Amino acid sequence: MVKIILRGKEYEVRPGMTLLSALKRIDILPESVIATRDGELIVEDEILREGETIKLVAVISGG
Amino acid sequence: MKCRTCGQKAAVNMRQHKLALCKEHYLEWVPAQVERFIKKYRMFSREEKILVAVSGGKDSLSLWDILHRLGYVADGLYICLGIDEGIAYSSESQRLTEEFAAERGLKLQIVNIQQQTGMTIPELSTATMRGRGKSCSVCGLVKRHEMNRIARDFGYAVLATGHNLDDEAAVLFGNTLTWSGEYLLRQGPVLPATPGLARKVKPLCRLYEREMLAYALLRGIEYIYDECPFAVGATSIYYKELLNELENNRPGAKLSFYLSFLEARKKGLFAEPEAIQQELHPCPNCGQPTSAPGLCAFCKMTSKANTV
Repeated sequence: MVKIILRGKEYEVRPGMTLLSALKRIDILPESVIATRDGELIVEDEILREGETIKLVAVISGG
Repeated sequence: MKCRTCGQKAAVNMRQHKLALCKEHYLEWVPAQVERFIKKYRMFSREEKILVAVSGGKDSLSLWDILHRLGYVADGLYICLGIDEGIAYSSESQRLTEEFAAERGLKLQIVNIQQQTGMTIPELSTATMRGRGKSCSVCGLVKRHEMNRIARDFGYAVLATGHNLDDEAAVLFGNTLTWSGEYLLRQGPVLPATPGLARKVKPLCRLYEREMLAYALLRGIEYIYDECPFAVGATSIYYKELLNELENNRPGAKLSFYLSFLEARKKGLFAEPEAIQQELHPCPNCGQPTSAPGLCAFCKMTSKANTV
């Protein structure tokens, strides 16, 4: 499985799907996040691999 | 997805521009865009002294970084609000801002609101009952007053803020829902100087918040990630989320909303400028311009807070 983390909340999706499909599956708007793999930014067509962790950084910040 | 410039793997895809770039070319593209908008809207020149309002967030620190890289003379202004209950929001953002300035050898002015007024922002909010329990209205008033004061006292010609396109689109959306003609007329990349008030500019006004986040991450800028505790549930954030839904289905919708507004405003759609010209009077306490004779809103508020 692939682990996706946003603001401490964890989600799991099947490997082999694109980042865009994974975000749709877990109901996160692609516009609202930037995805990183091992600290590197990845874009929507990236294929997610078995066992990896994708960290999402929220776009909106208020203050 | 490949970088349009070099064909290497893309790090950022901007659907609204039909443009994907690798890290190296993205870090060149963003400052070039900022420079383009500084010139297009005639914000400032390299000879002018700029004060950048920095909060420790991704947008203002990135703006300061970009202006410095572009060769502008830009000092920072950090306003310590004293919002430290629970998550140490103010102290952490001050630490990040100080580190940012020290690493780059930049000059940072720091104003501490508690030292200035005797109270933190949450205390001022409670003491004056302003903003119905939320500190945001007091915070906005205090920040505007102190930014103007520092710009005036230290001779800065321009005050630059890190408002991005999403901030501008959310404000525009809110003002459109209520058809606030006067606010609509004043919104724009540049607010010209008036006697006693420095020119205010928003060099990031055409860059998406997502683009600014990508810039901060790729540049390795350490910023405060947590939201201000008082911003949770704010209407402006709700508007940003709504606009992101729209953007997701119609890439470019936010940019088009903002740019078509600027065009309509230029054509005089909202109000006759002379109809809303206000005469300004100097506040007898601090000297800053205010719309009605007597104390300005900031001095009234601090005077009230200190008599409670």
